[in-house]
Amino acid sequence: MNLRKYLKVYKKFLHTSLACELEYKTNILVDLITAILSLIGSIFLLSIFFQNNRSIGGWEFEEALIIQGIYTILNGITNTWFNPNLTEIVKHIREGTLDFVLLKPIDSQFFISLKKINPSGFLEIILGFFLLLFCIRINEINLNMSFLTLTLMTITCSISILYSLWFFISTTTIWFVKTWNATEVLRSFLYIGRFPLNSFSFSLRIFFSVFIPIAFITTIPSEVFLGLSQLWKILLEVVVASVFLITSRKFWLFALKFYSSASS
Amino acid sequence: MVQNIINVRNLSKSFDISSKEPGLNGTIKHFFRRQTKSLKVIKDISFEIKEGEIVGFLGANGAGKTTILKMLCGLIYPSEGSIIVSDHSPFRRKEKFLKQITLIMGQKQQLIWDLPPIESFYLNASIYDVDKFEAKRRIKKLSEMLEIDDELFIPVRKLSLGQRMKSELLAALIHEPNILFLDEPTLGLDINAQRNLRKFLQKYNKETNATICLTSHYMKDITSLCKRVICVQEGSISYDGELDILLKKLSPVKEILIVCRSEDDAKKLENSGFAVKNKIKNEITLKIENNSITSSLKTILNNFDIEDLFINEPPVDEIIGRVLIKKDYDI
Repeated sequence: MNLRKYLKVYKKFLHTSLACELEYKTNILVDLITAILSLIGSIFLLSIFFQNNRSIGGWEFEEALIIQGIYTILNGITNTWFNPNLTEIVKHIREGTLDFVLLKPIDSQFFISLKKINPSGFLEIILGFFLLLFCIRINEINLNMSFLTLTLMTITCSISILYSLWFFISTTTIWFVKTWNATEVLRSFLYIGRFPLNSFSFSLRIFFSVFIPIAFITTIPSEVFLGLSQLWKILLEVVVASVFLITSRKFWLFALKFYSSASS
Repeated sequence: MVQNIINVRNLSKSFDISSKEPGLNGTIKHFFRRQTKSLKVIKDISFEIKEGEIVGFLGANGAGKTTILKMLCGLIYPSEGSIIVSDHSPFRRKEKFLKQITLIMGQKQQLIWDLPPIESFYLNASIYDVDKFEAKRRIKKLSEMLEIDDELFIPVRKLSLGQRMKSELLAALIHEPNILFLDEPTLGLDINAQRNLRKFLQKYNKETNATICLTSHYMKDITSLCKRVICVQEGSISYDGELDILLKKLSPVKEILIVCRSEDDAKKLENSGFAVKNKIKNEITLKIENNSITSSLKTILNNFDIEDLFINEPPVDEIIGRVLIKKDYDI
């Protein structure tokens, strides 16, 4: 894979999708307002949960805010990259325009995963980042190299798991054509990720760790942030992320053999 | 000697197709127990195409033309048989192969809808490793050939269908492919836009010696671009050869309307041994075989007092249409 070429193409993707979005200024403004209101609403909801209890599932309000911060960053990434691109796969397959993607001398997964961006999602990423900085202050967390490395590593793993899950579901469109609802179900499950996993019953914790790995998406990075996570959990997160990424890649290549293109 | 650039041997393709009975019962049955059957849409076809050739694929809707094109460019995996395009197996979609081909579909577009076409051209150029200066040169050259200039800077959504199609062509040709797969490129275009597109393709083929595989339902596209046609009927090739020979085979006689000076001359001509279609006063229509047109006309002009004559050729659409409609038409 020619990295320089891919960087150059990605620069073009950024340029064209930003230009597309800037064609509709009002839409960007509405998206930005929605992002701010959504974060305020989430923090308000969290504060209601903690109104009568000092701690839920062993997490205090100040600590739970870290999960909210990580969730906001992940939601921002979802809105910036995953949502505009991965929902398009369904359209590509239904309308047969995947033909154009497959005939380009570039990796098709790269093309359909990164072609578009929604700039308003950036605001959520920035808001989540500032919320995390605020959490560092109120939780009196020491900033050092190992903390930063582990936090970045686990958040990268979270992004990989989230992307792979979404991409996996979108790929099934090649057989089932319409699976848009499944990605919506996945998004609604991800809302659960705003709350500490320990606040759920044992059976739900198992479900959200094994079937829909919410635990790996927000809870483990938050534990790392607080210096509470054990090494085996971090290693497990890395293994899970790698397995998800490799599987989604293999699944895509396998699915393409069944692509029959849309009729003319 | 011109090399074969496309080699197809015993190619077949089957699809699993599900069918549904009408009504609510049919819908429920279809939802719970989907009945699928394997349908062979391409049946054991073989052909070669030479470098620089323009070949038209003719066939009714659903005959399998587009499926053949999609297998040739590597989008659909063949069920049986082999395809070699420019020394590559298309379905592997190797970078080197993809840089040599392009697919243009009249009913689908790859241009970014909200942006001017020039943005899509530069995006494609970066995907095909064409540097900025070379891309600029190619855009200038192709836009001159296609006669689009100001349109390059207007958002695609505001362009007319003809301007959009020209821009689609430019986007698809930015990497200077040497094999073009065109699936109904003139679909929906007005007569002038169709003519301009055909003129461009002719010029492109002449200048670059690119091989062009074309499907179209507009016979004018086929007659003005393709010397050779491949007729596809229900997934099989019913004719592969020169278009002129096909037309002669399908329409071996021409109708000649002769206006004689007088009714007597017309009567004499009627009784002279030619096959007569009809006669009205001094006008007589004869049916003459293609291979004896010249000698017959000489005889008529030398022996009869003729005021005027018209040679009527049946429209190509009509002739080809006969082949496409009738399943067991013997070509």
